[in-house]
Amino acid sequence: MRITALTVAACLMLGASAQAQTPVKIGMITTLSTKAGYLGEDIRDGFKLAMDQEGGTLGGVPVQLMVEDDGRNPERGKQIAERFTQRDGAKILTGIVFSNVAMAVVPKVVRDGTIYISPNAGPSKLAGSGCNKNYFNVAWQNDNLHEVTGQYVNDAGFNNVYILAPNYPAGKDALAGFKRFYKGKLAGEVYTKLGQSDYAAELAALRAAKPDAVFFFLPGGMGINFIKQYAQAGLNAQIPLFGPAFSFDERLLKAVGESALGVVNGSQWARDMDNEANVRFVADFHKTYGRYPTLYASQGYDAARLIGSALKATGGDVGDLDALRDALRAANFASVRGAFRFGRNQHPVQDLYVRKVVKSDDGTMTNQTLKKVFSNHADAYAPECKL
Amino acid sequence: MLLFFEQVLNGLQLGVTLFLMAAGLTLVFGIMNLINLAHGSMYMMGAYVGASVTAASGSFVLGLLAAVPAAGAVGMVVEIVVMRRLYSREHLDQVLATFGLLLFFNELVVILWGRQPLFMNVPPLLSATVEIVPGAPYPAYRLAMMGVGLAVAAALWLLIARTRLGMQIRAGASNREMAGALGIDIRRLYTLVFALGAALAGLAGIMVAPILAVESGMGESILVVTFVVIVIGGIGSVRGALVGALMVGLVDTLGRAFLPLSLRAVMAPAQADSAGAALASMAIYLLMAAILVWRPRGLFPAAG
Repeated sequence: MRITALTVAACLMLGASAQAQTPVKIGMITTLSTKAGYLGEDIRDGFKLAMDQEGGTLGGVPVQLMVEDDGRNPERGKQIAERFTQRDGAKILTGIVFSNVAMAVVPKVVRDGTIYISPNAGPSKLAGSGCNKNYFNVAWQNDNLHEVTGQYVNDAGFNNVYILAPNYPAGKDALAGFKRFYKGKLAGEVYTKLGQSDYAAELAALRAAKPDAVFFFLPGGMGINFIKQYAQAGLNAQIPLFGPAFSFDERLLKAVGESALGVVNGSQWARDMDNEANVRFVADFHKTYGRYPTLYASQGYDAARLIGSALKATGGDVGDLDALRDALRAANFASVRGAFRFGRNQHPVQDLYVRKVVKSDDGTMTNQTLKKVFSNHADAYAPECKL
Repeated sequence: MLLFFEQVLNGLQLGVTLFLMAAGLTLVFGIMNLINLAHGSMYMMGAYVGASVTAASGSFVLGLLAAVPAAGAVGMVVEIVVMRRLYSREHLDQVLATFGLLLFFNELVVILWGRQPLFMNVPPLLSATVEIVPGAPYPAYRLAMMGVGLAVAAALWLLIARTRLGMQIRAGASNREMAGALGIDIRRLYTLVFALGAALAGLAGIMVAPILAVESGMGESILVVTFVVIVIGGIGSVRGALVGALMVGLVDTLGRAFLPLSLRAVMAPAQADSAGAALASMAIYLLMAAILVWRPRGLFPAAG
């Protein structure tokens, strides 16, 4: 289960100029098994791509990446974190996909003086009252992608929206995030069973409610089921569907097929973003792994490049935490999503977009950037952070 | 009224899918006294093989023809290699061993097919919607699923009530020792029944593949409900499986559709919605509990 990217050999090949510097250890706790395993896989592959592009270094500093699978299990995540920090002496951790795992792992490790860079999970607690100087989120606060979709649906003039999410904390947060910026009426607010596969009953009720749009948050397989059944019921031709990017990443789209065509979804990143860093990232990712990157891969890549920028600034010294934190806070790297900086709570202040699902020239399904909805958007919990 | 009719249709359709799963499980449980948590894995194998063959050949029929025997064959191998060692063991041992199989199959499909969920479309012939009643378009594919499920129910009835094999199956379900003493080759019967159950699960798998995500672990979500069905219907009874499956399908669907709405009459909308959602997900278990109080051995217990 343990994949160690040993980079000492790479350093030797770089020649004598690289001194006998011991590589900086980075521990990645991520989800590689279970149905959600592809999320961790993409975060890991994005991260490794950034290392490969620099010959096994980040910011010119040799690094050793240790990856372990948390199996989406908070308890296991805690054990791995302990191993990485106590036994292996890692000063920087990253990788967690799910908020419940993050909430079990992050507060303790950052209290004990380890830097944690989140490439995905952004629970509200860690952005607000539970923020910490050792915690950085390089992806988004959980609500952001729902907020941007809400704003877009509002701006587009929809006034009677049906909203739907699974009955668990993240589902409720999602709908709350949507409603923070959507000001119109609700044709219905429905919470479905977590892990539900058949949505026929919900779709019939939805049709009867006659909404002018539908917003849903159903991560993973639930989303595949819902989108396919929505299209099969003939609803996609009648009522436009909206959602966060989580149900429209390139790998899910492959499983959904044309049922998702034309759906507008909110994201901080898209494959077609035209900046130098992104063009190189997408091309190299496709060349290395033979598939197109998802937003998760872009977040893993950005996490690595953020760490690289900080290591470069400190000359690879991870002993001086103050200097390392300052360097991270500066976020002096070219993010694949364009402009990027940290807010006071060390969460992104970034532009957010809506994208549209299209079929690309080679027949694969992807997203096309439609419109920038928010500029320099900060999360709603930042004011509660006492940093 | 229109909505109610549509929801009843949805409930029946879910019930028929559950029946395909429950028929195999109840036979295995009833005749072999074996708790098989790996039944959902056969469903998953059916979906994976079906989706792959359909994608490669472009024909849903070929996918169907490949998936059902493939799941049956996997079932047969599993029975010969693993299950035979478990018949005389306690239920706890069986649960542990078949849970291990479930993990094995989940990992196997990841190794063979990768983590990427597979895509499968509804066959073009059935991709339209049909207005059975005006104003409520219903996906033709779901109607076809219902048809297939009912045809299988009829075929199973014929097999069990009218053939020699069926007689042996019934004999095995009522009294295994006696059936063995009367000269029925129990070993062969077990292998056949297990393969039949697996093939039915595989059929359910390919039938749902166009409407669901084909992914590792897809069997677990349906497995739990399938156990509820066979407990309600009476373990070992195919008739019970059919009735139980339709009841569970209807209660689950109607609960999801109408509980939040009806609670709105007595509570604030937000509370009604979350209480309704919670109650709806409990509904089938409440149904099971109520039926067990009334009939502790289920609706149609196999005689014995």
